[in-house]
Amino acid sequence: MSAVASEHEHTDDHHDHGPAKGWMRWIVTTNHKDIGSMYLIFALIMFFVGGTMALIIRAELFEPGMQFVEPQFFNSMTTMHALVMVFGAVMPAFVGFANWMIPMMIGAPDMALPRMNNMSFWMLVAGILMLASTLFMEGGAPASGWTLYPPLVLQTGDALPFAVFSVHLLGISSIMGAINIIATILNMRAPKMSLMQMPLFVWTWLITGFLLIAIMPVFAGAVTMLLTDRFFETSFFDAAGGGDPVLYQHIFWFFGHPEVYVMILPTFGIASTIIPVFARKPLFGYSSMVYATASIAFLSFIVWAHHMFTVGMPISGELFFMYATMIIAVPTGVKIFNWTATMWKGAMTFEAPMLFSIAFVVLFTLGGFTGLMMSIAPVDFQYHDTYFIVAHFHYTLVPASVFILMAGGYFWIPKWTGKMYDERLARLHFWLSAISVNILFFPQHFLGLAGMPRRIPDYATQFSDWNMVSSIGAFIFGFSQLMFVYIVIKTIKGKDCADATDEVWEDAAKHGLEWTLPSPVPYHTFATPPEKIPTEHF
Amino acid sequence: MSTNNEYYIPHKATWPIVGTGGLMIMLAGFANYLNGSSIGSGMMMLGLSIFIVMLGGWFTLQATESEAGMYNKGVGISYRMGMMWFIFSEIMFFAVFFGTLWYTRNLSVPWLADEITGSTLWPNFEDVWPTNGPGNRGGDYEPMGAFGLPLLNTLLLLSSGVTCTWAHHGLLEKNRDQLIKGLAATVGLGFLFVACQALEYHEAYVDMGLTLGSGIYGSTFFMLTGFHGLHVCIGAIILSVVLFRSWKGHFTPENHFAFEAAAWYWHFVDVVWLGLFIFVYLM
Ligand code: HEM
Ligand SMILES: [Cu+2]
Repeated sequence: MSAVASEHEHTDDHHDHGPAKGWMRWIVTTNHKDIGSMYLIFALIMFFVGGTMALIIRAELFEPGMQFVEPQFFNSMTTMHALVMVFGAVMPAFVGFANWMIPMMIGAPDMALPRMNNMSFWMLVAGILMLASTLFMEGGAPASGWTLYPPLVLQTGDALPFAVFSVHLLGISSIMGAINIIATILNMRAPKMSLMQMPLFVWTWLITGFLLIAIMPVFAGAVTMLLTDRFFETSFFDAAGGGDPVLYQHIFWFFGHPEVYVMILPTFGIASTIIPVFARKPLFGYSSMVYATASIAFLSFIVWAHHMFTVGMPISGELFFMYATMIIAVPTGVKIFNWTATMWKGAMTFEAPMLFSIAFVVLFTLGGFTGLMMSIAPVDFQYHDTYFIVAHFHYTLVPASVFILMAGGYFWIPKWTGKMYDERLARLHFWLSAISVNILFFPQHFLGLAGMPRRIPDYATQFSDWNMVSSIGAFIFGFSQLMFVYIVIKTIKGKDCADATDEVWEDAAKHGLEWTLPSPVPYHTFATPPEKIPTEHF
Repeated sequence: MSTNNEYYIPHKATWPIVGTGGLMIMLAGFANYLNGSSIGSGMMMLGLSIFIVMLGGWFTLQATESEAGMYNKGVGISYRMGMMWFIFSEIMFFAVFFGTLWYTRNLSVPWLADEITGSTLWPNFEDVWPTNGPGNRGGDYEPMGAFGLPLLNTLLLLSSGVTCTWAHHGLLEKNRDQLIKGLAATVGLGFLFVACQALEYHEAYVDMGLTLGSGIYGSTFFMLTGFHGLHVCIGAIILSVVLFRSWKGHFTPENHFAFEAAAWYWHFVDVVWLGLFIFVYLM
């Protein structure tokens, strides 16, 4: 025993020391809180990079005709906007929350595999750098849409192999992150906490982790085949050699549909954590929430071809994918009703995290309903590849995933920094966002139903009015988000901000272990597992 | 200060950033090479070297810590979970290519030859397997038979699975000699497999006209067997490291995560080969 201890003295690892000094701290850190912060800051930066691209798109679409950019560059913008937002902003932001909160929620000293945790983050940076580098290449960034369909994507210039390898790096990052999260949840829980006592954010990440490990290799395989088709003479997606471009679509969407759930399941988790605290009631239907999450995850693997109704499938396939897709609405509905029932007769207050969460429940429902409309195969022939699709998935991603990311930020930042954020400004941020997001995306339903195709830089004049409205909403929404940065920086600096109590929110300690820790939370927490598990959340 | 009962949490990891940098330089180099840039191959070699240095350094660190008794049971469980989920991700990666083979054989090739597409576009194209498509991509070729090198390779890999398990028994029964012999045999059989596969590829390219460019048959054949061969190489290298560590006296019946991980990986590679032998060669 003492031999072990003295051996340990020689390495530079001491258990109870604080962060390393200087900027190297951030490069070599294995601390889940440091890594969580890096993920969150990186995601926020990427949110603005992707947002700038979106505003370029909306500026061009403000009026019919070509105003600002070349069509090729316009298409690069739609492609890069989506890839940056999905892989650079939303996913990393949720991994950031997972890093920060999961060990604190389950009473663990850190993540299960801290060195790999560091590597996941840097792989993400490497992947995004590689992706961003394609913007400056001969032939421009990929302009095929984020789905990277062949044969179109094979016409990309020098950017193609870089885009493919960036997907590989991002995949490695996600898989390592997911493995780490699963191992942490299954192996590092406080001994007193059973699986069915875990907060829902932890549950949803457990399932999301599984999804990620199952699908990222699939996407990696698909883009590898693009690479070999372009450079090594294979014919996977080339009918003349016996292959089939539609095969790519099947593989992509086998990845792609669960991928959208990777972005929404942790959203559900955070919403289920916030709503009970501000409704001052336990979460309604804890176990049904868990089962609904698991069913959604399972179903997400058998619905992929609802993205391909118009591609030419046997009628039996159309029917199968139509009904399977509709079934997803059932567990999703269970969740919506549970959140509503949680609020029912609760002693609600409307701080910023709650406002964003309520908006999420309402607006996500809207996105779910349009999804249900599109799941009807014959009707989707009309909607497919129009702005209706754009409206659908933006309702599920922006006022859902992004709103909940904001909610989570406001909810936990007092715990992280020990300071309360500026509630007045945060509510202003909420109202500006909630109103402008609808000005931005609601008219896109009308445009889509009237037949405006997606991914085009110019359009027929009958679409002018609603496009103008949408663009105005986009600029208000985009600039409103700068408020978030301002509020966050102000809270971190902490000069004019009130001190946060340990519990932060009234009676929060009943809802989760993280609220039993001091604010700001120390660098190392739960060196020994907690004895008492709060039980209010289930 | 960490004690044996505590979950070991390392501070300051320097290898991850080195590995990430190496991998990024390597891939950027490869991309440049594919685009015909002259700096490509140099960058690739540089990146690869950095990556190999990282692997060596990181594994040495882990082995040292493990032998120093810094990993308790909890750490061991985390590592095992990590390895299991990693193998699951590998299974999904292979599933893509098996799925591709299934899809083309059962759906897209028949569609290309059916009365709708076939009679209008390619009247002479028939639904047979193997095929290099209606465009006769890559010219005439001879398909790869199952009996001969592939069957030999099946036997080699299956016996390597046996020797690997035999080595494990040696380890559990504190029979170091059996452990080392078993591992050496496994590694040897593994590399022999790779050599036979190289021979098979040589025959295909030189004598049979079968290349990666031979339509969908060549594409699926070489992608599946090629990625598998790459995994055999990786597995054999991991096993070599484990062999070296066993020879240095590492591992006890209670504490031998590296051995277990390598063995799991090896069995996974083995099972994939069985799938290949059935679906690529036999059927
Ligand atoms: C009730 C649940 C849902 C249903 C029934 C549903 C259904 C659909 C259908 C049928 C399409 C394809 C439309 C077409 O291209 O013609 C689609 C597209 C899409 N959905 Fe959903 N969806 C649901 C929830 C979600 C969620 C939760 C997300 C993300 C968080 C999401 C993100 C997307 C995206 C990104 C696309 C467009 C992909 C593209 O073509 O680029 N959906 N959805
Ligand atoms: Cu989908």
